[in-house]
Amino acid sequence: MKEWFRRQPKHFTPATRDSGQQIPDNMWVKCSSCGELNYVKQLNDNLKVCKCGYHMRLTAREWLGLLDADTFVEEDAELAPSDPLEFVSTKDVYVQKLAENQERTGLNDALVSGHGTIQGNPLHIAVSEFTFIGGSMGSVYGERLARAAERAAELQHPLLTITATGGARQHEGVLSLMQMAKTNMALTRLAAIGQPHFALLVDPCYAGVMASYASVADVIIAEPGARIGFAGQRVIEQTIRQKLPAHFQTAEFMVEHGMIDMVVPRAELRATLARLLRLYGGTASNDVVADDIPATLQV
Amino acid sequence: MTASALTAWDKVQLARHPHRPHTLDYVRSCCEDFTELHGDRRFGDDAAIVSGLARFDGRTVMIVGHQKGRDARENVKRNFGMPRPEGYRKALRLFQHAEKFGFPVLCFIDTPGADPGIQSEERGQGNAIAENILVMAGLRVPIVAIVIGEGGSGGALAIGVADRLLMLEHSVYSVASPEGTAAILWRDSAKAPDAARAMKITAQDLQALGIADDIIAEPEGGAHTDAAVVLEAAGQALRQQMATLCQLDTETLLAQRYSKYRRIGQFQEAQLHLLNGTAPEPPAVLPF
Repeated sequence: MKEWFRRQPKHFTPATRDSGQQIPDNMWVKCSSCGELNYVKQLNDNLKVCKCGYHMRLTAREWLGLLDADTFVEEDAELAPSDPLEFVSTKDVYVQKLAENQERTGLNDALVSGHGTIQGNPLHIAVSEFTFIGGSMGSVYGERLARAAERAAELQHPLLTITATGGARQHEGVLSLMQMAKTNMALTRLAAIGQPHFALLVDPCYAGVMASYASVADVIIAEPGARIGFAGQRVIEQTIRQKLPAHFQTAEFMVEHGMIDMVVPRAELRATLARLLRLYGGTASNDVVADDIPATLQV
Repeated sequence: MTASALTAWDKVQLARHPHRPHTLDYVRSCCEDFTELHGDRRFGDDAAIVSGLARFDGRTVMIVGHQKGRDARENVKRNFGMPRPEGYRKALRLFQHAEKFGFPVLCFIDTPGADPGIQSEERGQGNAIAENILVMAGLRVPIVAIVIGEGGSGGALAIGVADRLLMLEHSVYSVASPEGTAAILWRDSAKAPDAARAMKITAQDLQALGIADDIIAEPEGGAHTDAAVVLEAAGQALRQQMATLCQLDTETLLAQRYSKYRRIGQFQEAQLHLLNGTAPEPPAVLPF
Protein backbone atom coordinates (compact mmCIF):
# COMPACT_ATOMS: atom_id res chain seq x y z
CA MET A 1 0.00 0.00 0.00
CA LYS A 2 2.71 2.37 1.09
CA GLU A 3 4.42 1.59 -2.16
CA TRP A 4 1.64 3.41 -3.99
CA PHE A 5 2.61 6.70 -2.42
CA ARG A 6 6.27 6.36 -2.90
CA ARG A 7 7.53 8.26 -5.84
CA GLN A 8 8.60 5.80 -8.46
CA PRO A 9 11.87 6.46 -10.15
CA LYS A 10 11.15 7.40 -13.70
CA HIS A 11 12.45 4.85 -16.10
CA PHE A 12 13.63 7.19 -18.70
CA THR A 13 16.25 6.24 -21.18
CA PRO A 14 17.48 9.19 -23.12
CA ALA A 15 17.58 8.51 -26.80
CA THR A 16 21.10 8.07 -28.00
CA ARG A 17 22.28 11.16 -29.76
CA ASP A 18 24.96 10.77 -32.29
CA SER A 19 25.69 14.39 -32.90
CA GLY A 20 22.12 15.48 -33.54
CA GLN A 21 21.35 12.73 -36.03
CA GLN A 22 17.59 12.63 -35.46
CA ILE A 23 17.25 16.36 -35.98
CA PRO A 24 17.62 16.85 -39.70
CA ASP A 25 20.24 19.38 -40.54
CA ASN A 26 19.03 22.72 -41.80
CA MET A 27 15.57 22.30 -40.27
CA TRP A 28 15.94 23.24 -36.63
CA VAL A 29 18.48 25.41 -34.92
CA LYS A 30 19.15 25.26 -31.23
CA CYS A 31 19.56 28.61 -29.50
CA SER A 32 22.88 28.64 -27.68
CA SER A 33 21.43 31.01 -25.10
CA CYS A 34 18.07 29.49 -24.07
CA GLY A 35 18.44 26.04 -25.62
CA GLU A 36 15.09 26.24 -27.44
CA LEU A 37 14.79 24.82 -30.90
CA ASN A 38 13.87 27.26 -33.63
CA TYR A 39 12.38 26.23 -36.95
CA VAL A 40 14.87 27.48 -39.48
CA LYS A 41 12.39 29.21 -41.78
CA GLN A 42 10.84 31.11 -38.90
CA LEU A 43 14.27 31.88 -37.46
CA ASN A 44 15.45 33.34 -40.75
CA ASP A 45 12.30 35.44 -40.96
CA ASN A 46 13.27 36.76 -37.53
CA LEU A 47 16.76 37.59 -38.86
CA LYS A 48 18.16 34.76 -36.71
CA VAL A 49 16.95 36.29 -33.49
CA CYS A 50 15.64 33.61 -31.15
CA LYS A 51 12.27 33.94 -29.42
CA CYS A 52 14.27 34.61 -26.23
CA GLY A 53 15.80 37.69 -27.86
CA TYR A 54 19.23 36.17 -28.38
CA HIS A 55 20.85 37.51 -31.52
CA MET A 56 22.59 34.60 -33.21
CA ARG A 57 25.79 35.20 -35.09
CA LEU A 58 25.49 36.03 -38.80
CA THR A 59 28.07 35.43 -41.48
CA ALA A 60 29.55 38.36 -43.35
CA ARG A 61 27.51 37.39 -46.41
CA GLU A 62 24.31 37.36 -44.37
CA TRP A 63 25.11 40.84 -43.05
CA LEU A 64 25.32 42.12 -46.59
CA GLY A 65 21.56 41.53 -46.68
CA LEU A 66 21.30 44.88 -44.88
CA LEU A 67 21.99 46.50 -48.24
CA ASP A 68 19.37 47.02 -50.93
CA ALA A 69 18.98 43.79 -52.88
CA ASP A 70 21.65 43.20 -55.53
CA THR A 71 23.47 46.47 -54.89
CA PHE A 72 26.57 45.02 -53.24
CA VAL A 73 29.72 45.16 -55.32
CA GLU A 74 32.68 43.47 -53.69
CA GLU A 75 36.07 45.16 -53.88
CA ASP A 76 39.61 43.97 -53.27
CA ALA A 77 38.52 40.32 -53.29
CA GLU A 78 41.79 39.48 -55.02
CA LEU A 79 43.85 40.43 -51.94
CA ALA A 80 44.93 37.23 -50.26
CA PRO A 81 46.85 36.61 -47.06
CA SER A 82 50.47 35.50 -47.04
CA ASP A 83 52.55 34.14 -44.19
CA PRO A 84 55.10 36.88 -43.50
CA LEU A 85 56.43 35.35 -40.27
CA GLU A 86 56.29 31.73 -41.47
CA PHE A 87 54.31 31.16 -38.34
CA VAL A 88 54.19 27.72 -36.78
CA SER A 89 53.00 26.75 -33.31
CA THR A 90 52.24 23.34 -31.85
CA LYS A 91 48.56 24.03 -32.39
CA ASP A 92 48.71 25.39 -35.87
CA VAL A 93 50.67 26.07 -38.98
CA TYR A 94 49.45 29.41 -40.30
CA VAL A 95 49.40 28.52 -44.01
CA GLN A 96 47.39 25.38 -43.26
CA LYS A 97 45.05 27.28 -40.99
CA LEU A 98 44.47 29.84 -43.73
CA ALA A 99 43.74 27.12 -46.28
CA GLU A 100 41.26 25.41 -43.94
CA ASN A 101 39.47 28.64 -43.19
CA GLN A 102 39.35 29.62 -46.85
CA GLU A 103 37.94 26.23 -47.76
CA ARG A 104 35.29 26.32 -45.05
CA THR A 105 34.11 29.90 -45.47
CA GLY A 106 34.64 30.45 -49.18
CA LEU A 107 36.34 33.73 -48.26
CA ASN A 108 40.05 34.36 -48.44
CA ASP A 109 40.28 36.44 -45.28
CA ALA A 110 38.20 37.71 -42.39
CA LEU A 111 36.85 40.92 -43.94
CA VAL A 112 34.54 41.44 -46.92
CA SER A 113 34.36 44.96 -48.31
CA GLY A 114 32.73 46.85 -51.12
CA HIS A 115 29.93 49.28 -51.80
CA GLY A 116 26.17 49.27 -52.12
CA THR A 117 23.12 51.23 -51.07
CA ILE A 118 20.68 51.26 -48.18
CA GLN A 119 17.29 52.66 -49.20
CA GLY A 120 19.03 54.19 -52.15
CA ASN A 121 21.76 55.88 -50.08
CA PRO A 122 25.20 54.88 -51.36
CA LEU A 123 27.82 53.74 -48.89
CA HIS A 124 30.99 51.72 -48.51
CA ILE A 125 30.78 48.72 -46.26
CA ALA A 126 33.28 46.41 -44.55
CA VAL A 127 32.06 43.36 -42.69
CA SER A 128 34.18 40.98 -40.65
CA GLU A 129 33.65 37.22 -40.71
CA PHE A 130 34.00 35.83 -37.20
CA THR A 131 34.25 32.23 -38.35
CA PHE A 132 37.46 33.05 -40.23
CA ILE A 133 40.15 32.77 -37.50
CA GLY A 134 37.94 34.61 -35.04
CA GLY A 135 37.40 37.61 -37.31
CA SER A 136 40.99 38.56 -36.57
CA MET A 137 42.63 41.54 -38.25
CA GLY A 138 45.78 40.79 -40.20
CA SER A 139 47.34 42.46 -43.23
CA VAL A 140 44.51 41.68 -45.69
CA TYR A 141 41.80 42.76 -43.27
CA GLY A 142 43.64 46.00 -42.56
CA GLU A 143 44.37 46.68 -46.21
CA ARG A 144 40.79 46.06 -47.29
CA LEU A 145 39.44 48.28 -44.55
CA ALA A 146 41.94 51.06 -45.33
CA ARG A 147 41.08 50.87 -49.03
CA ALA A 148 37.36 50.94 -48.25
CA ALA A 149 37.84 54.07 -46.13
CA GLU A 150 39.97 55.72 -48.82
CA ARG A 151 37.50 54.88 -51.58
CA ALA A 152 34.62 56.12 -49.46
CA ALA A 153 36.53 59.37 -49.01
CA GLU A 154 37.18 59.66 -52.75
CA LEU A 155 33.56 59.00 -53.68
CA GLN A 156 32.19 61.03 -50.75
CA HIS A 157 30.43 58.00 -49.34
CA PRO A 158 29.80 57.20 -45.71
CA LEU A 159 31.49 54.05 -44.39
CA LEU A 160 29.70 51.33 -42.47
CA THR A 161 31.80 48.78 -40.62
CA ILE A 162 30.20 45.68 -39.14
CA THR A 163 32.54 44.00 -36.73
CA ALA A 164 32.73 40.71 -34.85
CA THR A 165 36.30 39.96 -33.87
CA GLY A 166 38.72 38.58 -31.35
CA GLY A 167 41.28 41.28 -32.18
CA ALA A 168 44.54 41.48 -34.08
CA ARG A 169 45.73 38.25 -35.74
CA GLN A 170 48.63 36.87 -33.75
CA HIS A 171 49.93 34.76 -36.64
CA GLU A 172 51.03 37.93 -38.45
CA GLY A 173 52.61 39.37 -35.31
CA VAL A 174 53.40 43.04 -35.14
CA LEU A 175 52.18 43.53 -38.72
CA SER A 176 48.69 42.87 -37.37
CA LEU A 177 49.24 45.35 -34.56
CA MET A 178 50.21 47.98 -37.10
CA GLN A 179 46.93 47.46 -38.97
CA MET A 180 45.37 49.28 -36.02
CA ALA A 181 47.39 52.35 -36.98
CA LYS A 182 46.85 51.81 -40.69
CA THR A 183 43.05 51.60 -40.47
CA ASN A 184 42.82 54.69 -38.27
CA MET A 185 45.23 56.46 -40.58
CA ALA A 186 42.89 55.81 -43.52
CA LEU A 187 39.91 57.00 -41.49
CA THR A 188 41.53 60.44 -41.23
CA ARG A 189 40.86 60.77 -44.99
CA LEU A 190 37.18 60.11 -44.47
CA ALA A 191 37.05 62.61 -41.61
CA ALA A 192 38.85 65.21 -43.71
CA ILE A 193 36.10 65.23 -46.33
CA GLY A 194 33.36 65.19 -43.73
CA GLN A 195 31.86 61.77 -44.36
CA PRO A 196 30.75 59.72 -41.38
CA HIS A 197 31.92 56.30 -40.24
CA PHE A 198 29.20 54.18 -38.66
CA ALA A 199 30.30 51.17 -36.65
CA LEU A 200 27.99 48.29 -35.90
CA LEU A 201 29.41 46.08 -33.17
CA VAL A 202 28.09 42.54 -33.05
CA ASP A 203 28.98 39.70 -30.73
CA PRO A 204 31.88 39.52 -29.90
CA CYS A 205 34.06 42.61 -30.35
CA TYR A 206 37.38 42.65 -28.56
CA ALA A 207 41.00 43.69 -28.23
CA GLY A 208 43.01 45.25 -31.07
CA VAL A 209 40.02 46.00 -33.26
CA MET A 210 38.12 47.58 -30.37
CA ALA A 211 41.28 49.61 -29.72
CA SER A 212 41.28 50.94 -33.27
CA TYR A 213 38.74 51.73 -36.00
CA ALA A 214 35.70 50.18 -34.33
CA SER A 215 35.67 52.47 -31.33
CA VAL A 216 36.44 55.78 -33.02
CA ALA A 217 33.44 55.74 -35.36
CA ASP A 218 31.22 58.79 -35.51
CA VAL A 219 28.22 56.71 -34.49
CA ILE A 220 28.63 53.41 -32.68
CA ILE A 221 25.71 50.98 -32.65
CA ALA A 222 25.70 47.59 -30.96
CA GLU A 223 23.33 44.66 -31.06
CA PRO A 224 21.56 43.68 -27.84
CA GLY A 225 23.67 41.41 -25.67
CA ALA A 226 26.80 41.69 -27.81
CA ARG A 227 29.95 41.24 -25.73
CA ILE A 228 32.24 44.19 -26.28
CA GLY A 229 35.48 45.07 -24.55
CA PHE A 230 39.22 45.49 -24.71
CA ALA A 231 40.67 42.79 -22.46
CA GLY A 232 39.17 39.30 -22.63
CA GLN A 233 37.16 38.17 -19.63
CA ARG A 234 39.55 35.35 -18.76
CA VAL A 235 42.48 37.76 -18.68
CA ILE A 236 40.60 40.12 -16.37
CA GLU A 237 39.50 37.28 -14.08
CA GLN A 238 43.07 36.04 -13.84
CA THR A 239 44.27 39.55 -13.03
CA ILE A 240 41.71 40.42 -10.37
CA ARG A 241 41.02 36.85 -9.23
CA GLN A 242 37.26 37.32 -9.03
CA LYS A 243 34.30 36.26 -11.14
CA LEU A 244 32.96 39.00 -13.36
CA PRO A 245 29.32 40.08 -13.22
CA ALA A 246 27.14 38.70 -16.05
CA HIS A 247 26.33 42.17 -17.31
CA PHE A 248 30.01 43.13 -17.66
CA GLN A 249 31.23 44.00 -21.19
CA THR A 250 27.82 43.73 -22.83
CA ALA A 251 26.38 46.23 -25.29
CA GLU A 252 24.10 47.44 -22.50
CA PHE A 253 27.11 47.89 -20.18
CA MET A 254 28.86 49.89 -22.88
CA VAL A 255 25.92 52.23 -23.44
CA GLU A 256 25.53 52.65 -19.66
CA HIS A 257 29.16 53.76 -19.40
CA GLY A 258 28.86 56.14 -22.32
CA MET A 259 31.12 54.17 -24.67
CA ILE A 260 28.64 53.61 -27.51
CA ASP A 261 25.68 55.56 -28.87
CA MET A 262 22.91 53.01 -28.97
CA VAL A 263 21.80 49.42 -28.75
CA VAL A 264 19.58 48.54 -31.68
CA PRO A 265 17.76 45.21 -32.16
CA ARG A 266 18.52 43.50 -35.44
CA ALA A 267 15.00 44.05 -36.81
CA GLU A 268 15.46 47.82 -36.55
CA LEU A 269 19.01 48.04 -37.91
CA ARG A 270 18.19 48.70 -41.54
CA ALA A 271 15.74 51.47 -40.71
CA THR A 272 18.19 53.00 -38.21
CA LEU A 273 21.05 52.97 -40.69
CA ALA A 274 18.86 54.41 -43.44
CA ARG A 275 17.78 57.21 -41.10
CA LEU A 276 21.39 57.97 -40.19
CA LEU A 277 22.44 58.00 -43.82
CA ARG A 278 19.66 60.48 -44.58
CA LEU A 279 20.58 62.64 -41.58
CA TYR A 280 24.21 62.87 -42.69
CA GLY A 281 23.13 64.04 -46.10
CA GLY A 282 22.43 60.93 -48.12
CA THR A 283 21.08 61.60 -51.57
CA ALA A 284 18.00 59.41 -51.49
CA SER A 285 14.84 61.30 -50.68
CA ASN A 286 12.69 60.62 -47.67
CA ASP A 287 9.98 59.06 -49.77
CA VAL A 288 11.94 55.82 -50.08
CA VAL A 289 10.29 53.97 -47.27
CA ALA A 290 11.06 50.36 -48.02
CA ASP A 291 11.13 49.66 -44.31
CA ASP A 292 7.44 50.43 -44.05
CA ILE A 293 6.73 47.41 -46.22
CA PRO A 294 6.27 44.31 -44.07
CA ALA A 295 9.54 42.42 -43.81
CA THR A 296 8.07 39.32 -45.43
CA LEU A 297 7.39 41.15 -48.67
CA GLN A 298 10.90 42.50 -49.06
CA VAL A 299 13.87 40.23 -49.81
CA MET B 1 77.15 35.39 -24.50
CA THR B 2 77.43 37.67 -27.47
CA ALA B 3 74.48 39.73 -28.55
CA SER B 4 73.90 37.74 -31.73
CA ALA B 5 73.53 34.53 -29.73
CA LEU B 6 70.65 35.91 -27.69
CA THR B 7 67.30 34.28 -28.36
CA ALA B 8 64.07 36.27 -28.64
CA TRP B 9 63.18 35.08 -25.16
CA ASP B 10 66.56 36.26 -23.78
CA LYS B 11 65.76 39.65 -25.24
CA VAL B 12 62.34 39.64 -23.57
CA GLN B 13 64.13 39.10 -20.26
CA LEU B 14 66.57 41.92 -20.98
CA ALA B 15 63.76 44.22 -22.11
CA ARG B 16 61.99 43.56 -18.80
CA HIS B 17 65.09 43.80 -16.62
CA PRO B 18 64.19 45.86 -13.55
CA HIS B 19 67.47 47.78 -13.65
CA ARG B 20 67.06 48.81 -17.26
CA PRO B 21 66.85 52.59 -17.73
CA HIS B 22 63.24 53.76 -17.73
CA THR B 23 61.57 56.81 -19.31
CA LEU B 24 62.48 59.29 -16.58
CA ASP B 25 66.14 58.21 -16.77
CA TYR B 26 66.17 59.15 -20.45
CA VAL B 27 64.38 62.42 -19.82
CA ARG B 28 66.84 63.40 -17.08
CA SER B 29 69.74 62.45 -19.29
CA CYS B 30 68.82 64.05 -22.61
CA CYS B 31 66.49 66.92 -21.65
CA GLU B 32 66.61 70.01 -19.48
CA ASP B 33 63.92 71.82 -17.53
CA PHE B 34 61.58 68.84 -17.55
CA THR B 35 58.27 70.00 -16.16
CA GLU B 36 55.80 67.22 -15.58
CA LEU B 37 52.17 67.92 -16.46
CA HIS B 38 49.50 65.84 -14.80
CA GLY B 39 45.99 64.58 -15.33
CA ASP B 40 43.53 63.97 -18.13
CA ARG B 41 41.03 66.68 -16.98
CA ARG B 42 38.38 63.98 -17.11
CA PHE B 43 38.98 61.49 -14.38
CA GLY B 44 42.42 61.37 -12.83
CA ASP B 45 46.17 61.17 -13.19
CA ASP B 46 47.81 57.91 -14.12
CA ALA B 47 51.37 57.44 -12.91
CA ALA B 48 51.94 54.66 -15.49
CA ILE B 49 52.40 57.46 -18.02
CA VAL B 50 54.69 60.41 -17.38
CA SER B 51 54.38 63.46 -19.56
CA GLY B 52 55.37 67.07 -19.69
CA LEU B 53 57.43 69.74 -21.32
CA ALA B 54 61.19 69.81 -21.60
CA ARG B 55 64.04 71.46 -23.49
CA PHE B 56 65.55 69.01 -25.93
CA ASP B 57 68.35 70.02 -28.28
CA GLY B 58 67.37 73.67 -28.05
CA ARG B 59 63.64 73.07 -28.60
CA THR B 60 60.67 72.76 -26.32
CA VAL B 61 59.23 69.29 -26.79
CA MET B 62 56.37 67.31 -25.31
CA ILE B 63 57.49 64.15 -23.56
CA VAL B 64 55.09 61.22 -23.19
CA GLY B 65 56.29 57.86 -21.91
CA HIS B 66 55.33 54.75 -20.02
CA GLN B 67 56.97 54.61 -16.63
CA LYS B 68 57.76 51.37 -14.82
CA GLY B 69 58.89 51.16 -11.21
CA ARG B 70 62.11 49.68 -9.81
CA ASP B 71 60.74 48.16 -6.61
CA ALA B 72 57.42 46.74 -5.48
CA ARG B 73 56.17 49.99 -3.98
CA GLU B 74 56.96 52.07 -7.02
CA ASN B 75 55.53 49.41 -9.28
CA VAL B 76 52.23 49.52 -7.44
CA LYS B 77 52.17 53.29 -7.91
CA ARG B 78 53.10 52.94 -11.58
CA ASN B 79 50.86 49.89 -12.10
CA PHE B 80 53.89 48.09 -13.61
CA GLY B 81 53.80 50.54 -16.49
CA MET B 82 50.32 49.43 -17.58
CA PRO B 83 48.29 52.57 -18.27
CA ARG B 84 44.61 52.94 -17.54
CA PRO B 85 42.31 54.95 -19.83
CA GLU B 86 43.05 58.14 -17.87
CA GLY B 87 46.74 57.66 -18.65
CA TYR B 88 46.04 57.47 -22.37
CA ARG B 89 43.67 60.42 -22.13
CA LYS B 90 46.35 62.43 -20.36
CA ALA B 91 48.64 61.58 -23.28
CA LEU B 92 45.89 62.57 -25.72
CA ARG B 93 45.41 65.90 -24.01
CA LEU B 94 49.10 66.61 -24.17
CA PHE B 95 49.43 65.51 -27.82
CA GLN B 96 46.79 68.10 -28.66
CA HIS B 97 48.48 70.59 -26.37
CA ALA B 98 51.75 70.02 -28.23
CA GLU B 99 49.99 70.57 -31.55
CA LYS B 100 48.47 73.81 -30.27
CA PHE B 101 51.87 75.24 -29.37
CA GLY B 102 53.83 73.59 -32.18
CA PHE B 103 55.97 71.44 -29.87
CA PRO B 104 57.37 68.23 -31.38
CA VAL B 105 56.52 65.05 -29.45
CA LEU B 106 58.95 62.52 -28.03
CA CYS B 107 57.48 59.19 -26.88
CA PHE B 108 59.16 56.53 -24.77
CA ILE B 109 57.58 53.10 -25.05
CA ASP B 110 57.98 50.63 -22.20
CA THR B 111 54.88 48.71 -21.18
CA PRO B 112 53.74 45.11 -20.81
CA GLY B 113 50.39 46.32 -22.21
CA ALA B 114 47.34 48.37 -21.30
CA ASP B 115 45.83 47.66 -17.88
CA PRO B 116 43.27 44.82 -18.05
CA GLY B 117 40.94 45.63 -15.15
CA ILE B 118 37.25 46.16 -14.50
CA GLN B 119 37.59 49.92 -14.03
CA SER B 120 39.69 50.26 -17.16
CA GLU B 121 36.96 48.51 -19.13
CA GLU B 122 34.27 50.69 -17.58
CA ARG B 123 36.15 53.80 -18.58
CA GLY B 124 36.72 52.58 -22.13
CA GLN B 125 40.25 51.22 -22.48
CA GLY B 126 39.72 50.30 -26.13
CA ASN B 127 38.31 53.72 -26.93
CA ALA B 128 41.15 55.50 -25.14
CA ILE B 129 43.79 53.64 -27.17
CA ALA B 130 41.88 54.05 -30.43
CA GLU B 131 41.45 57.80 -29.97
CA ASN B 132 45.18 58.22 -29.38
CA ILE B 133 46.06 56.28 -32.52
CA LEU B 134 43.63 58.40 -34.53
CA VAL B 135 44.89 61.70 -33.15
CA MET B 136 48.56 60.76 -33.54
CA ALA B 137 47.82 59.78 -37.15
CA GLY B 138 46.93 63.36 -37.96
CA LEU B 139 48.92 65.35 -35.37
CA ARG B 140 50.47 68.38 -37.07
CA VAL B 141 53.83 68.22 -35.26
CA PRO B 142 56.73 65.76 -35.60
CA ILE B 143 56.53 62.62 -33.46
CA VAL B 144 59.54 60.44 -32.65
CA ALA B 145 59.00 57.27 -30.62
CA ILE B 146 61.58 54.96 -29.11
CA VAL B 147 60.98 51.51 -27.65
CA ILE B 148 63.27 51.37 -24.62
CA GLY B 149 62.04 48.07 -23.18
CA GLU B 150 58.80 46.25 -23.86
CA GLY B 151 56.39 47.38 -26.55
CA GLY B 152 53.31 45.56 -25.38
CA SER B 153 50.57 45.52 -27.99
CA GLY B 154 47.90 48.24 -28.25
CA GLY B 155 49.06 49.63 -24.94
CA ALA B 156 52.32 50.58 -26.64
CA LEU B 157 50.86 51.68 -29.96
CA ALA B 158 48.58 54.12 -28.10
CA ILE B 159 51.62 56.39 -27.71
CA GLY B 160 53.58 54.86 -30.58
CA VAL B 161 52.23 56.19 -33.89
CA ALA B 162 55.22 58.21 -35.00
CA ASP B 163 57.15 59.64 -37.93
CA ARG B 164 60.18 57.67 -36.78
CA LEU B 165 60.28 54.57 -34.60
CA LEU B 166 63.58 53.72 -32.93
CA MET B 167 64.25 50.61 -30.89
CA LEU B 168 66.98 49.71 -28.46
CA GLU B 169 68.96 46.67 -29.54
CA HIS B 170 67.38 44.34 -26.99
CA SER B 171 63.92 45.83 -26.87
CA VAL B 172 60.85 43.97 -28.15
CA TYR B 173 57.55 45.03 -29.68
CA SER B 174 54.70 42.60 -30.20
CA VAL B 175 51.03 42.18 -30.98
CA ALA B 176 50.51 40.35 -27.67
CA SER B 177 52.77 39.22 -24.84
CA PRO B 178 54.65 35.98 -25.61
CA GLU B 179 52.89 34.46 -22.57
CA GLY B 180 49.49 35.49 -23.94
CA THR B 181 50.16 34.12 -27.41
CA ALA B 182 51.60 30.91 -25.96
CA ALA B 183 48.46 30.43 -23.87
CA ILE B 184 46.27 30.76 -26.96
CA LEU B 185 48.29 29.20 -29.78
CA TRP B 186 50.32 26.69 -27.78
CA ARG B 187 47.65 26.19 -25.07
CA ASP B 188 50.47 26.57 -22.54
CA SER B 189 51.87 29.87 -21.30
CA ALA B 190 55.11 28.08 -20.39
CA LYS B 191 55.79 27.93 -24.13
CA ALA B 192 56.38 31.69 -24.12
CA PRO B 193 59.97 31.25 -25.37
CA ASP B 194 58.65 29.44 -28.46
CA ALA B 195 55.99 32.09 -28.98
CA ALA B 196 58.56 34.87 -28.62
CA ARG B 197 60.61 33.34 -31.42
CA ALA B 198 57.65 32.62 -33.72
CA MET B 199 56.12 36.08 -33.31
CA LYS B 200 59.22 37.96 -34.55
CA ILE B 201 59.28 40.56 -31.84
CA THR B 202 62.90 41.67 -31.60
CA ALA B 203 64.17 45.06 -32.75
CA GLN B 204 66.01 43.27 -35.55
CA ASP B 205 62.79 41.55 -36.68
CA LEU B 206 60.92 44.84 -36.66
CA GLN B 207 63.57 46.53 -38.70
CA ALA B 208 63.41 43.69 -41.24
CA LEU B 209 59.61 44.05 -41.36
CA GLY B 210 60.01 47.76 -42.11
CA ILE B 211 58.46 48.96 -38.88
CA ALA B 212 61.49 50.08 -36.86
CA ASP B 213 63.53 52.79 -38.58
CA ASP B 214 66.73 52.45 -36.59
CA ILE B 215 68.28 50.39 -33.83
CA ILE B 216 70.39 51.76 -30.99
CA ALA B 217 73.19 49.49 -29.82
CA GLU B 218 73.31 48.35 -26.22
CA PRO B 219 76.40 47.34 -24.26
CA GLU B 220 77.18 43.63 -24.06
CA GLY B 221 74.86 42.25 -21.37
CA GLY B 222 72.13 44.82 -21.91
CA ALA B 223 71.30 48.47 -21.26
CA HIS B 224 71.34 48.09 -17.47
CA THR B 225 75.02 47.09 -17.43
CA ASP B 226 76.12 50.53 -18.59
CA ALA B 227 73.14 52.89 -18.58
CA ALA B 228 75.19 56.02 -19.29
CA VAL B 229 76.30 54.69 -22.66
CA VAL B 230 72.75 53.82 -23.71
CA LEU B 231 71.28 57.11 -22.50
CA GLU B 232 73.89 59.01 -24.47
CA ALA B 233 73.43 56.93 -27.64
CA ALA B 234 69.64 57.18 -27.45
CA GLY B 235 69.81 60.94 -26.89
CA GLN B 236 72.07 61.28 -29.89
CA ALA B 237 69.78 59.24 -32.15
CA LEU B 238 66.68 61.08 -31.00
CA ARG B 239 68.29 64.48 -31.60
CA GLN B 240 69.25 63.45 -35.09
CA GLN B 241 65.79 62.16 -36.03
CA MET B 242 64.06 65.15 -34.50
CA ALA B 243 66.31 67.62 -36.29
CA THR B 244 65.53 65.98 -39.64
CA LEU B 245 61.79 65.95 -39.05
CA CYS B 246 61.71 69.55 -37.85
CA GLN B 247 62.96 70.66 -41.26
CA LEU B 248 59.91 69.24 -43.04
CA ASP B 249 56.86 71.37 -43.64
CA THR B 250 53.70 70.05 -42.00
CA GLU B 251 52.04 68.73 -45.15
CA THR B 252 55.12 66.74 -46.16
CA LEU B 253 55.45 65.42 -42.62
CA LEU B 254 51.83 64.24 -42.58
CA ALA B 255 52.00 62.76 -46.08
CA GLN B 256 55.11 60.79 -45.12
CA ARG B 257 53.50 59.57 -41.91
CA TYR B 258 50.42 58.49 -43.86
CA SER B 259 52.37 56.47 -46.38
CA LYS B 260 54.66 55.00 -43.71
CA TYR B 261 51.70 53.33 -41.97
CA ARG B 262 49.63 52.81 -45.07
CA ARG B 263 52.37 50.58 -46.50
CA ILE B 264 52.65 48.23 -43.54
CA GLY B 265 51.31 44.74 -44.12
CA GLN B 266 52.04 41.82 -46.39
CA PHE B 267 49.59 40.16 -48.73
CA GLN B 268 49.37 38.74 -52.19
CA GLU B 269 46.98 39.32 -55.03
CA ALA B 270 45.28 36.13 -56.12
CA GLN B 271 41.90 34.68 -56.90
CA LEU B 272 42.16 32.15 -54.09
CA HIS B 273 38.52 32.21 -53.11
CA LEU B 274 37.48 31.45 -56.67
CA LEU B 275 40.00 28.66 -57.08
CA ASN B 276 38.71 26.77 -54.09
CA GLY B 277 35.43 26.04 -55.74
CA THR B 278 34.08 24.52 -52.55
CA ALA B 279 32.46 27.66 -51.24
CA PRO B 280 29.42 26.79 -49.14
CA GLU B 281 26.10 27.36 -50.84
CA PRO B 282 24.97 30.95 -50.45
CA PRO B 283 22.94 31.40 -47.27
CA ALA B 284 19.29 32.32 -47.39
CA VAL B 285 18.95 36.06 -47.76
CA LEU B 286 17.66 37.40 -44.47
CA PRO B 287 14.70 39.79 -44.73
CA PHE B 288 16.32 42.78 -43.05
